[in-house]
Amino acid sequence: MSNEKKELAVAALRRGTVIDHIPSSAVFKAVKILGLEDMPHAVTIGCNLASKKLGSKGIIKVSEHIFDKADLDRIALIAPTAVVNIIEDYNVVEKRPVSVPDTITGIVRCTNPKCITNNEPMATKFDVVAREPEIRIRCRYCNHTYTGSDAKIL
Amino acid sequence: MCSKSLVSIEDISKDEILDLLERARYFEQHPNSKILDGKVAATLFFEPSTRTRLSFETAVNRLGGRIIGFSDPGTSSSVKGETLKDTIKMVSNYTDIIIMRHFLEGAARYATEVTDVPIINAGDGANQHPSQTMLDLYSIMKTQGGLENLTITMVGDLKYGRTVHSLLMAMKYFNPRFIFVASKELAMPQEYKDFCRAEGIEYIETEDFSPEVINQSDIIYMTRVQRERFTDPMEYERVKDLYTLHNAMLEGSKPNLRILHPLPRVNEIDRDVDDNPKAYYFDQARNGLFARQAIITRALGINPLEK
Repeated sequence: MSNEKKELAVAALRRGTVIDHIPSSAVFKAVKILGLEDMPHAVTIGCNLASKKLGSKGIIKVSEHIFDKADLDRIALIAPTAVVNIIEDYNVVEKRPVSVPDTITGIVRCTNPKCITNNEPMATKFDVVAREPEIRIRCRYCNHTYTGSDAKIL
Repeated sequence: MCSKSLVSIEDISKDEILDLLERARYFEQHPNSKILDGKVAATLFFEPSTRTRLSFETAVNRLGGRIIGFSDPGTSSSVKGETLKDTIKMVSNYTDIIIMRHFLEGAARYATEVTDVPIINAGDGANQHPSQTMLDLYSIMKTQGGLENLTITMVGDLKYGRTVHSLLMAMKYFNPRFIFVASKELAMPQEYKDFCRAEGIEYIETEDFSPEVINQSDIIYMTRVQRERFTDPMEYERVKDLYTLHNAMLEGSKPNLRILHPLPRVNEIDRDVDDNPKAYYFDQARNGLFARQAIITRALGINPLEK
């Protein structure tokens, strides 16, 4: 029943990008990281939808815009389960999971108040130091480490 | 960025560590080699530290180089609101090497990104202090005849003590065995125990600074338990004297045992240990000069061993 409603609420795309299987709690962070506030095209955001894999999931559909891989991978830290579908003429032409790049520049804030990045006008940089069982990132400057779910988005 | 910078001990390989130790050995024999003639070093101390600054400045002076800089950030333009980047860029125009201490963590790493002049990190907040690690390694090598297969006991504040963390990581090349002696509040953090496991390094954790522990150690590395680290003052009172080393405790220890301490000490080593030949902490501080001469010449691409 709920699935049928979802289908009604969120129309299929002719062309664009669908990001599925986003943890519900990460949907709005993903919106922010991808800069969807400034997107001139139709954007559909779904949250707390039923999911067999996650229990509850979010979905973002952006019509008429195909994101670069590097841009989409920016959300991998907060939404490691996300799956990207590239749509052309109502068909999925590419489907792939997001992956966290080895270095994350300018997305995450270091919460160490004594870190240089919080005291100089400069971009933050984090290196991925572990991927299993959970992603761990380390500040390039002060060496504080965070799990992907603790990471504070700028 | 200059590849001869030294920001963290983790940045350099085993061969580079051994090269630095060889240089330190050379400088112990030839402390007054005038090989920095015509070179200018900057010592930028955004956070005061008399001991480290004097050691670096002595190192430069004994090698015949000249020094500019400041020892009190109140006299630098950072009080006018200048960014670290601008200060480093400005000083880079004048000097061949920059030795810096900063109260912010990661300051030295950032400095390497904005200049081609080699940067030596003389301490960045609670983060890294690689010249201390080099003098610790040199002290261990000198007193034990090598760095391989040693039992190193670390005592006191193993949670916040950056010197023990850096030493632990640098020792990974030399098949050490560690004994961590600390109260639960100041125990070795999990990430360093994970590091040992990943590197196949054997370690034991205990709260008991027992004769058994002391008698199997080649090196005892004492650290200061700082009152300000404790949330509960009662807990501080309970543990502060648990890890005090007295001369009588060394009775059954190995003949080659040496006691190290990064200094300053407060109560953790009783004064009655000072006259024991196994007390090495004052010589250890002296080794800092040679270790820093080694680091400076490496950064400037000058090799005294090739003369």
